Amino acid sequence: MAATAKKVFGAAEASDLVNELRRSFDDGVTRGYDWRITQLKKLLVICDNHEHDIVEALRDDLGKPELESSVFEVALLRNSCKLALKQLKNWMAPDKAKTSLTTFPASAEIVSEPLGVVLVISAWNYPFLLSIDPVIGAISAGNAVVLKPSELAPASSALLAKLLEQYLDPSAVRVVEGNVNETTLLLDQKWDKIFYTGSSKIGRVIMTAAAKHLTPVVLELGGKSPVVVDSNTDLKVTVRRIIAGKWGCNNGQACVSPDYILTTKEFAPKLLDAMKHELETFYGKKPMDSKDMSRIVNSNHFDRLSKLLEEKEVSDKIVYGGDKDRENLKIAPTILLDVPLDSLIMSEEIFGPLLPIITLNNLEESFDVIHSRPKPLAAYLFTHNQKLKERFAMKVSAGGIVVNDIAVHLALHTLPFGGVGESGMGAYHGKFSFDAFSHKKAVLYRSLFGDAPVRYPPYSRGKLRLLKALVDSNIFNIFKVLLGLS
Amino acid sequence: MEAMKETVEESLREMRDTFASGRTRSLKWRKRQITAIYEMVKDNEDKLCSVLFQDLGKHSTEAFRDELGHVLRSATVAINCLDKWAVPKQSNLPLLFFPAKGKVISEPYGTVLVLSSWNFPISLSLDPLIGAIAAGNTVLLKSSELSPNASAFLAKTIPAYLDNKAIKVIEGGPDVATILLQHQWDKIFFTGSPKIGRIIMAAAAQHLTPVTLELGGKCPTIVDYPTISKNIKSVVKRITGGKWGSCSGQACISVDYVLIEKSFASSLIDMLKPTIRSFFGENPKESGCLSRIVSKQHVQRLSRLLNDPRVRASIVYGGSIDEENLYVEPTILLDPPLDSEIMNEEIFGPILPIITVRDIQDSIGIIKSKAKPLAIYAFTNDENLKTRILSETSSGSVTFNDVMIQYMCDALPFGGVGESGIGRYHGKYSFDCFSHEKAIMEGSLAMDLEARYPPWNSFKLSFIRLAFSEAYFKLLLLMLGLKRSK
Repeated sequence: MAATAKKVFGAAEASDLVNELRRSFDDGVTRGYDWRITQLKKLLVICDNHEHDIVEALRDDLGKPELESSVFEVALLRNSCKLALKQLKNWMAPDKAKTSLTTFPASAEIVSEPLGVVLVISAWNYPFLLSIDPVIGAISAGNAVVLKPSELAPASSALLAKLLEQYLDPSAVRVVEGNVNETTLLLDQKWDKIFYTGSSKIGRVIMTAAAKHLTPVVLELGGKSPVVVDSNTDLKVTVRRIIAGKWGCNNGQACVSPDYILTTKEFAPKLLDAMKHELETFYGKKPMDSKDMSRIVNSNHFDRLSKLLEEKEVSDKIVYGGDKDRENLKIAPTILLDVPLDSLIMSEEIFGPLLPIITLNNLEESFDVIHSRPKPLAAYLFTHNQKLKERFAMKVSAGGIVVNDIAVHLALHTLPFGGVGESGMGAYHGKFSFDAFSHKKAVLYRSLFGDAPVRYPPYSRGKLRLLKALVDSNIFNIFKVLLGLS
Repeated sequence: MEAMKETVEESLREMRDTFASGRTRSLKWRKRQITAIYEMVKDNEDKLCSVLFQDLGKHSTEAFRDELGHVLRSATVAINCLDKWAVPKQSNLPLLFFPAKGKVISEPYGTVLVLSSWNFPISLSLDPLIGAIAAGNTVLLKSSELSPNASAFLAKTIPAYLDNKAIKVIEGGPDVATILLQHQWDKIFFTGSPKIGRIIMAAAAQHLTPVTLELGGKCPTIVDYPTISKNIKSVVKRITGGKWGSCSGQACISVDYVLIEKSFASSLIDMLKPTIRSFFGENPKESGCLSRIVSKQHVQRLSRLLNDPRVRASIVYGGSIDEENLYVEPTILLDPPLDSEIMNEEIFGPILPIITVRDIQDSIGIIKSKAKPLAIYAFTNDENLKTRILSETSSGSVTFNDVMIQYMCDALPFGGVGESGIGRYHGKYSFDCFSHEKAIMEGSLAMDLEARYPPWNSFKLSFIRLAFSEAYFKLLLLMLGLKRSK
């Protein structure tokens, strides 16, 4: 396709775009099973035929290692497509609902229907996954969709625009590239759903804009995901999983990245030693040279992370790493020990390769530390202790809890993925994606026969008694009343 | 106002402390509270009927049918089902993750706010309250100032029956609501108008508070005369009951307007008139079976709707207004102009426009031209028409061959879409409405896969690729060295 000059996207264009998609939706373009399957198949083709392009774009934008791109973006997307293709018929089928004596005779069901024209705003850290996965949900559910990828990953944004335009039905699926200006123009329009992945700060802006039109939202935000490490654990496996989950996932720039570690004063030295050892195994003696980690996305974030390290009473707590290279946007895997709990690095989501370890007198105290902070997207625990696992799962409020591993729950389509409180609202993945973009319409089929005069005025004492019995759905009471025995 | 601000802060503090104490997590505590609500309603039936009569002129049978009976049933269902609802849902995990386990736990949000409405002041307060308690939250209820007697009853009686460190009631109008909305809640449940719904959602956005908004809309009733003429008597009774029998049309799911083919309109009207008389007598004002309008303001609003000369000209029955006694006569209009105010805002009163169409299929276009309502009703035996209604219109719910009754079916979600609302409740949906679905995944520390960890190489890449596509046999070959890594 010939490259087109960058078109102006103003208020008129935004409005026209939504109107056009709404016309397509009203015409029924997106409703049929066949259309949805066709689009999903095309998305699968994109994954299969363009993996190389995607890997290149991610290398450009984030210095993402090929394995991470292949696995955490393309492979996950491929699975997501395949699942939707396999399950769509099931998902689209109505659910039967039970009726009660009060509504007898009747039958009831819940029908999934598309919401209409939806907006997906994605993030820069997993630009393909976080764009296409929600789009899979939107399309499966039968919506028309506009995708606004993040401008902070420009090569990915351009590739997404090109591929979706090339493969998908432009009358119902579109990409709008741009920055905060374009996003604001889009947010002024009326959408039937907005799905946003990003920061809590912008999440508020999105929800406020959505409120103007009573548009329901899914907000996939972030937070400081804590990792509690019990001494009663397999140290080597624990440490390897933490490292892979932190630096092996976009170098700590992930919403479910292990943000900080909580462990006992007694265990900390062992933990730290094990971490240093495994970090060297993974990334060598000169981690700044390792090709197996993403770089920091841009100089803004680099400066932000530098500032976290430079704060007084924090800079002297670095026990591993700390090297920085602004020109190449690299920061070495850095571990800090016992920074003050009110430092910046312990107050905001780190989103980078810095890992504070906070030591406690006993592990019980970790509940208070976690509880004193906003609810995170994920909370992790490494232990063999069954009771501790149960308590952790009950007491810690987070989007999701993972015991003895890091971040893998992202790949599970049978678990809802979403936040709570500051970490977000709504959930997706697997069928939850389909549900996120559907309206579950209640349908009641009643018969015109058998009408109960008890429903209508003029009201009498007898009618009231019968109503009371019906409400109790106590068959004996009903007979008693009908037979005049009550 | 200062005193009110302090009261709110104090209440919030106490409710948060109570929640933190863990008391509301106990299923026993929740069932005790809900049982107390049941007892409160049963013990005070007469008093409740009296306050509903004072506030809205509701007959005790109507009060029981629409409010008290509903609450009793809701409480019974919650008490009987809570153990089942609270059981974690096990998730199947793919073989790749063996022996990991996954489940979803329903966890209370924390401290929630319920803002109820004046038209069903008891059930719209207590029903959400039951849901919030069932889910284990602490809750503050703000009842509507437009139903002052019901509000006072709740404020005085709830503390006598329920745990008042966990469940609180506050009375007041918009100024109190404004104070409440400045604070951070873990969930807000609002019943009311779309206009206020927007304000609530915008306020909630400041704190990323999830909301359920039960709003309204113009609920159309299609009467496909020829296919239901055999049962026309039932149809007319149901429409009459559904329009005037429940709070005199002041219900979110009231029949707002009727759509019928031109040639049958007069037959319908000729049956509606005597049915109204049979329900409410020659002088409905004196019947005691017709609720009155809630306030002078609303009488004036309805008056204004009728004052449009084109609307006035379309009155074929009723039309008289007694502002002093808050009475609007059951009124039928025949073909008021589609661009009149009465055909563009939710009527919420005892005025029934009958809109004629050339062909009953045209009613779908009219419904689609308006905002999505909370309910669509259709009296028809034409399967094609039913299918078209279901697939071409969107609404909270659709009920065939009856009106209003979907409210009583607690296996069906009750909620809106678009302008008619966000979220849903009733039955288990109430429990879910006030719960965060927390995903829990537990991995095993045994069985560690080297391929998960850097440094990356082509073997590991191949391994992970195959693992993700669940190509287990190929994976086995790779591991046995019988397949080359790419």
